[in-house]
Amino acid sequence: MTAPGPVTLTGVGKRYGRGGAATEALRGVELRIQPGEFVCLLGRSGCGKSTLLSMLAGLDAPTSGSIDLGDRRVAMMFQDANLFPWLTVAGNIELALRLSGVPEQAWRDRVAELLSVVRLAGTERKRPHELSGGMRQRVALARALAQEADLLLMDEPFASLDAITRDALHDEIERIWIERRLTVLFVTHNVREAVRLGDRVVLMQPSPGRIAGEWLVGLPRPRRMDDPAIATRAAGLRDELDAQAPAAEGAA
Amino acid sequence: MTTALSRRLLRGRVAGLRIRESGPPAGPAARLARRVWPPLLAVGLVLLVWETLVLVGWKPAYVLPAPATVAGELVTLLASPDFWTAITITMVRALVGFAVSLAIGTVLGIAVSRWGLLRNALGALLTGLQTMPSIAWFPLAILFFGISEQAILFVIVLGAAPSIANGLISGVDDVPPQLLRTAHVLGARGLGLYRWVVLPAALPAYLSGLKQGWAFAWRSLMAGELLVIIASRPSLGAQLSFFRELSNAPGLLATMVVILVIGMAVDGGFSTIAKRVRSRRGLGAARL
Repeated sequence: MTAPGPVTLTGVGKRYGRGGAATEALRGVELRIQPGEFVCLLGRSGCGKSTLLSMLAGLDAPTSGSIDLGDRRVAMMFQDANLFPWLTVAGNIELALRLSGVPEQAWRDRVAELLSVVRLAGTERKRPHELSGGMRQRVALARALAQEADLLLMDEPFASLDAITRDALHDEIERIWIERRLTVLFVTHNVREAVRLGDRVVLMQPSPGRIAGEWLVGLPRPRRMDDPAIATRAAGLRDELDAQAPAAEGAA
Repeated sequence: MTTALSRRLLRGRVAGLRIRESGPPAGPAARLARRVWPPLLAVGLVLLVWETLVLVGWKPAYVLPAPATVAGELVTLLASPDFWTAITITMVRALVGFAVSLAIGTVLGIAVSRWGLLRNALGALLTGLQTMPSIAWFPLAILFFGISEQAILFVIVLGAAPSIANGLISGVDDVPPQLLRTAHVLGARGLGLYRWVVLPAALPAYLSGLKQGWAFAWRSLMAGELLVIIASRPSLGAQLSFFRELSNAPGLLATMVVILVIGMAVDGGFSTIAKRVRSRRGLGAARL
């Protein structure tokens, strides 16, 4: 496997509708993500961060600018696990393997391996509705990893989980990111979560959605959510956010 | 007879009440009883009203026989090979008609749900066909095919296929968009998307369509067998017609009971499958 290049977004814009009724969801987004980097996109609702992620996943096309994925396969996780309810846990992961062209005789071992990676070994035959929200997201993560993608897009995947489960999943995603040398683009509206996870935090502002700044986190890994350094970094970031917010609202 | 009946009825009612009061943590036997008693009670009530009407002499006995007389006739009928020949011919017609409807309805449903042009062309027509009383097709069917099996099949398919197609179409339309987005990210496209995501997601609605399709097929078949009586082919519908001509009310009612029971049994089969499918997905009443 040749090492893929950086992910590059150049002047990416997105408009919905035409003429006077058109809304501009994104304007002039410039972003470069290095291979193996963990980037958090931080912003309040409606700033276009999910739109940006959808375009990277190929679910939507930009109206201007270009997206260069550097020849990568892309996997994506959503706020809801979106497991297929008619399939078992194993069936959900197997479908991802099938659609990625993995031969059928390899599925059993791959499913067991992926489930142990997300610490759900032995749950193959469970149905999605029998699992807790956190377990469902773990299965969704295993399903995303099954695609052997090197760019993992995560759209607020832990936003609807309780804090304890979320902390545990932060630890997991950091460990898996290191072990598998993934490139991750993680969307969140939670400042501490962005600082906990990201190498770099990219701030977005709404109306129209655009990149308003970025910070290198620069804390050693593995990190812990209750590390005071994270709280300090998050507080500093939030101050900068608040300083920018009135200007942004005035421009809207 | 009447007192025995009302005694049974009274027991049923008391047992039903007691079970309900015992609350949710009942054992499997009590749960079964709770499911069995209400329909038995309803049947008992119908029999009671029927028996009362007979006793007050609302209609002469040769028009409205007592339940016991009909039950006796039913036993006689079920013991006669000719009656079983009639049931067999009717059931084969129903199965063939339903199978053809299933094939046509499914292909039509997939095609209409997939291509916008077809939907614009056929969508309203399919719904329209569903509202068309099947008996209204028979004059045309007889003109086309004469007094023949094809005439009956034609009307069954026209009755059942639109329901099956519509069930599938509404199932496909209601696939949650987030599942489609997930499938797209997983790499499902075109036929694969249909095979692995859209059709499985549409299965519960498809099953409802099949159930409704069966009801339409069964009704159309009975209408057909009354109108299209083929000399060498006895059937349940033909039996009804003969019993009326012979003024054999017990035979007529006994045959109707058989028609009702067959229709309900097949419908119950579809319901059981649908319930199982839904509960496996964490849907439906089984959750409560």
